[in-house]
Amino acid sequence: MKDDETPPAADKSGLSRRDFMKISGIGAAVPLVLGPRMVQAAGEEVVVHGPGKTPTILMVNGNKLTADLEPRVTLLEALRNNFDLTGAKNVCDRGSCGACTVLMEGKPVYACSVLAIDAQGKNLTTIEGMSRGDTLTPLMQAFVDHDAQQCGFCTPGFVVATTHFLQQHPNPTEEDIRRGLSGNFCRCGTYDGIRAVALGKRASDTGQGGEL
Amino acid sequence: MSEYSWPDPAKRPLLGKKISRVDGPVKASGRAKYTFDYNPDGLLAGKILRCPHAHARITAIDTSAAEKIPGVKAIQIIQKPGTEIFWAGDEVVGVAAIDECTVEDALRAIKVEYEVLPHFVSDAEPPKSIAVNNGPISQDEFEDMEDNQVPDEQVVAAIRHQGISFHPDAKYLKDLQESGADPSIVAALRAAKFSSAKGARSPYKTTAVQTQGEPDAAFASAAAVVEGLYGCSAINHCCLESHGMAAEWPTEKDLLVHVSTQNLSGIAPQIAEPIGIPAGNIQVMQQYIGGGFGSKFSPDRWGIAAVQLSRSAGGKPVKIMLDRAAEQEVAGMRPSSFARVKIAADKDGKLVAWESRSWGTGGVGGGGTPPLPYNFEIPNQRKQNVAISTNQGSARAWRAPNHPQAALITMSAMEDLAAKLNLDPLELVTRNLDLVGPRAKIYRDELPIAAELMEWKKNWHPRGDKTSGPVKRGLGLSMHTWGGRGHISDCDLTIHPDGSVEIKMATQDLGTGCRTIITIVAADALGIPMDNVKLLIGDSRYPVSGASGGSTTSGGVTASTRRAAVDARNQLFAKVAPSLKAKSEELEAVDATIRVKSDPSRNLSWKEACAKIGAMPMTVRGRNPDKSKPPDLTNSGVGGVQMADVSVDTETGIVRVNKMVAVQDCGLVVDVKTAESQVIGALIMGISYALYEEKILDPVTGRMLNPNMDFYRLAGIADIGELKVHMMTGKGYDERGVIGLSEPPVVSPGAAISNAVANAIGARVPFLPLTPARVLQALENTSQG
Repeated sequence: MKDDETPPAADKSGLSRRDFMKISGIGAAVPLVLGPRMVQAAGEEVVVHGPGKTPTILMVNGNKLTADLEPRVTLLEALRNNFDLTGAKNVCDRGSCGACTVLMEGKPVYACSVLAIDAQGKNLTTIEGMSRGDTLTPLMQAFVDHDAQQCGFCTPGFVVATTHFLQQHPNPTEEDIRRGLSGNFCRCGTYDGIRAVALGKRASDTGQGGEL
Repeated sequence: MSEYSWPDPAKRPLLGKKISRVDGPVKASGRAKYTFDYNPDGLLAGKILRCPHAHARITAIDTSAAEKIPGVKAIQIIQKPGTEIFWAGDEVVGVAAIDECTVEDALRAIKVEYEVLPHFVSDAEPPKSIAVNNGPISQDEFEDMEDNQVPDEQVVAAIRHQGISFHPDAKYLKDLQESGADPSIVAALRAAKFSSAKGARSPYKTTAVQTQGEPDAAFASAAAVVEGLYGCSAINHCCLESHGMAAEWPTEKDLLVHVSTQNLSGIAPQIAEPIGIPAGNIQVMQQYIGGGFGSKFSPDRWGIAAVQLSRSAGGKPVKIMLDRAAEQEVAGMRPSSFARVKIAADKDGKLVAWESRSWGTGGVGGGGTPPLPYNFEIPNQRKQNVAISTNQGSARAWRAPNHPQAALITMSAMEDLAAKLNLDPLELVTRNLDLVGPRAKIYRDELPIAAELMEWKKNWHPRGDKTSGPVKRGLGLSMHTWGGRGHISDCDLTIHPDGSVEIKMATQDLGTGCRTIITIVAADALGIPMDNVKLLIGDSRYPVSGASGGSTTSGGVTASTRRAAVDARNQLFAKVAPSLKAKSEELEAVDATIRVKSDPSRNLSWKEACAKIGAMPMTVRGRNPDKSKPPDLTNSGVGGVQMADVSVDTETGIVRVNKMVAVQDCGLVVDVKTAESQVIGALIMGISYALYEEKILDPVTGRMLNPNMDFYRLAGIADIGELKVHMMTGKGYDERGVIGLSEPPVVSPGAAISNAVANAIGARVPFLPLTPARVLQALENTSQG
């Protein structure tokens, strides 16, 4: 699991339940696409989506993205298949490996284990939203300098996770890193470089991976 | 010295330095597009319905309900009713539909009926009395061996020894040869005895029965003899990007595929044959690949299905990427390997005799034969191996096929022998270096370096940590070798009149640093910055380069690039020599200038020089191998030494790696930075397979119990300890030329860690992974013994 000591963020959703209903009203005009319905369950009003496609709005990297999605579609599938945001990778598809890590309200989540409809109204940040054009973030540059990547398939997940981890632990110990970055797996074996990145070593300090 | 030779150390502006990988930024920012990320307009989602039984015959397939689901665009029956299925997860039906949800619904709507047949998935030690299948080899068995990449010499030996029960005609042999089979196999088939005799039906096949010298006499007169049981379970490749392909037909005759592959230049021929179109009409593309490790050389049956589904869907792109369960269950495993070993030494600690009875499984095809004893050519030997055919997805080459298993078995036995002799194992291997052949010199250089990095002399203790407390600490070591000669490679290098340089090569970068070393070699030879070189790979329309298997890529691509760059440089010299009032052989390319060696003030900037090419760009082709342009720029046969420092909690059985040291040779190191990363990565992968990884099959259902990443456990960042890498460079190494590095460093970690655990707790844990249960069992056996 991700090391995370922040309290759950307050719901900053731009969308109220009423907004949902308005959206669904628009969506209902589209054949085969039905918005959420309200039903009474155990004495409470519950929003029911689907089973068909439902209009879905996601706030990703500051952009409002819309698609008609079945409720079973995960956030990861929506990002990758509907919005071509392919930095988050589909690897284990069940919350074990961290390759699909994105930030939801600033906190890392496994996008494979969040339904797209449940991510509505949340501020989402993917790896694509972290750098601008060809300019890398300093952390991404540290991944390059320490050669903390080989095939690169786990790298975006690690970059997102490490970005958040370092916000929480600006001066981490090795023990902090062991606990805080254990939510991501790498197959090529790049942890040594990632550890150096997280420790904030200069590449020339490590004796390995240094730039000439 | 030929002008093509690798330059002297003083004239290497870029070679052998620490340079960041050129595709680092695009990967770190998430912009690198892998096959899995290919998302063209109109893309259809493809998925495969798989057989849930480990052994069965398909009796009926009904796709009618699936066909009626709106959004389903194509259905392809991959294996027809009547077909016998030999492993769970095998492909039965492929479906393409407008999105993932629809294709999943369609798979659920397909009804397949099976006659379930008995399965066999055990790789336990073969009973002594079991009938051994030594009958003639059937066509199926032969093709299985080829599909499973059983080493050529083993296939040839089996054909000679057992005969064959089929008649390979001239066309069959020709097709075989054209598909890339080794000529020795074709020759063996041509000469093979036909036999209709039925061999005993048995999952066990004896391979590699061999005796040399006089083992009985040697054991009888030896000063020390130990017997042991060693081995490792089957493991998976577990590529993070699963296997898969996106196929589309831009016209009825032309096919475009994006595929996750280690074999970009070799994919089209493998599709052309089953699909029935000319290979030249197939374009294969791949920019980035999320891991291969030996499992991605073929388009695979799901890839062919994607091609067929696309054709049925009017040519629209269909992408099939395996889900995690299929990736783990069918897309590659490393054979298990176990052995009972007897090893002996004389009173001076010189190895004199070896006896082994090994076994293991690599799926239906039986599995590999570990080269025992590993690395040390012990004079008197008796050995046999039993390959067990089991109902599971077939083995694929896994980094350094058979070597990690063989190193584990051999180096463990040597460590146990050293303990019996009350000898430091470092001393034992050193005394026996004359048995490793020409690599002895390399190990003699490497062993002291490794020992110093590990502080071996200070930290090593005789077997069994005698300090108080439950946590015991120990050291272990292992050694390894591999070939690694460069493969065939063609390289087109173009110099444009504006001074830009472009390289085209149909190779692939698996994350090894292939792009980086090609760019370094070209820029180094041309005396220009790396940014000046535009490298184009990942498209089968570029010049052919070999598959990335067996650590052959680095030697191949650097050799062809070097030859192309030297030729291009010489042609440029010829163009500019008149304006510098010099002969072309008097010029050199340094610091982005072309200048007269004896008078550097007479020079042109690189850009000015290139402007003299004329209006048209200039392209030259470099090749490897190329006897007309000596010397041989690549080589074979590396040596490496690794040491491990572990702590074992004898109450919980948990093993932790405190530190690992790797000292590695790979000839001339082109980029020290990515080379070190490759070795560090291998250490981490080794820690992972030594401690955690195991493909677990359920004897009842015949299915893999852990086809996921929760219970197929990889090492995480918390598990790796301190890692120290030393690359051998300089005199004695550089002049060997470039040798591949992907396989060798992954061979030794299992043996080094297992030996360190034995040194810590005073007991041998026989099998990898070294799970807490196995460690506790070994401790219990020792206390009872």
